[in-house]
Amino acid sequence: MEVPILKQGHYLIASIQSALTDADLSQLREALIERVGKYRSRGVIVDVTALDVMDSFAVRTLRDIAHMARLRGAETVIVGIQPEVAFAMVQLGLTLKGVSTALDLEEGLAFLDRQARERSERVQGRNPRG
Amino acid sequence: MVAKGKESPAPAQLDPQTTLESTAVLLRELVAHLRQNRTQLREEWARRITRAQLLTAMTEEEIFAEATSVYDNYVEALETGTFEALQAYARNLSERIIPRGVETHEVVGIVLLLRDVLARSLFGKYHEDFDKLNRILDAYEPAANRIANTVAVGFVQERERIIRQQQEAIRELSTPVLQVRERLLILPIIGVIDPQRARQLTEQLLRAIRTNRAKVVVIDITGVAAMDSNVANHLVQTVEASRLLGATVIVTGLSPEIAQTLVTIGVDLSEMATVGDLQGGIEEAERLLGYKVLPLEEVTPKA
Repeated sequence: MEVPILKQGHYLIASIQSALTDADLSQLREALIERVGKYRSRGVIVDVTALDVMDSFAVRTLRDIAHMARLRGAETVIVGIQPEVAFAMVQLGLTLKGVSTALDLEEGLAFLDRQARERSERVQGRNPRG
Repeated sequence: MVAKGKESPAPAQLDPQTTLESTAVLLRELVAHLRQNRTQLREEWARRITRAQLLTAMTEEEIFAEATSVYDNYVEALETGTFEALQAYARNLSERIIPRGVETHEVVGIVLLLRDVLARSLFGKYHEDFDKLNRILDAYEPAANRIANTVAVGFVQERERIIRQQQEAIRELSTPVLQVRERLLILPIIGVIDPQRARQLTEQLLRAIRTNRAKVVVIDITGVAAMDSNVANHLVQTVEASRLLGATVIVTGLSPEIAQTLVTIGVDLSEMATVGDLQGGIEEAERLLGYKVLPLEEVTPKA
């Protein structure tokens, strides 16, 4: 089952609607990386709100997406991890170390906007206070 | 030549009198005697309770009322040979007297005193027929012991149930998650954290992060005296899980002892931000959230 990927300005939003097989997850990873290059996206949001369980393959895939996207110039945020899922993940030692996370879609977008702002400030140099 | 309990072997050397039926007959005779002399036996018992200084938490009227109930239940258990009713009564009685501060040794003590009072009464009645006295005691003793056991166990079980209930209540009371600013939660932990409480804390915190859309959480452990590696790992897990929900955790109030413990057992602290005290933690949290707290004079421009 294919995960819908929406384009919102410079960002791509992948909204997972239901449990995914390993093949679906791999397919999602390929699709996202391809589109990051195609649209020159600066950010990727993967929304996992609908998932009430995440196994090690899912977690690894999300990490892969984040690393690959960064190699292609995009920042990734995983949003919507449920409390029970988060608890289970840390107990099993499945971490998303090095991957940004946010509470929900709104927070994810705010995070990416902040990141983009900081990046451009770094590039332009700080504006002197007027 | 004495039969015990309710078995009915029929080897030749047993006296024909000592059959199963005979035990039942003896018990009936015994119970009739106890019922006939109820009043004075109960009074003797109450006297012994006072002399032994038991049930000091209860008034005389209360002791009398309960003594009457216990006596009647005791005799009935002897009569019927069944103990379910007695068990139920024992738990019921325990539920009533435990909040009054009655202790286990008191309950066991009074039941044993009743046993003694009734046994003495039997000595008094059958002292001229030693053989019959023996047979009556053979019928009486196992039942009396079982009664004492039933009451004591009932009492202890009730105590344990109450303790478990209280532990649960304490656990729920003592882990509030508080919102002090928009997007900022505080979790002050006080007392002992066992693995069960740690788990409950984590679940409560994660739910609160989602409900309040918190971006920063300050976990204050000033009130925690000691922490072992198990609990330390739970704390690290809580921090990690919070991050998965997009919240940053600042841990404050680590005592020198706990700091030492954490370092010694090699817990991974790289993901955990720590600040010395709660005030510092809140200030750091506000900074992260983009707040700046200024005294009023600075804000008002000078004329």
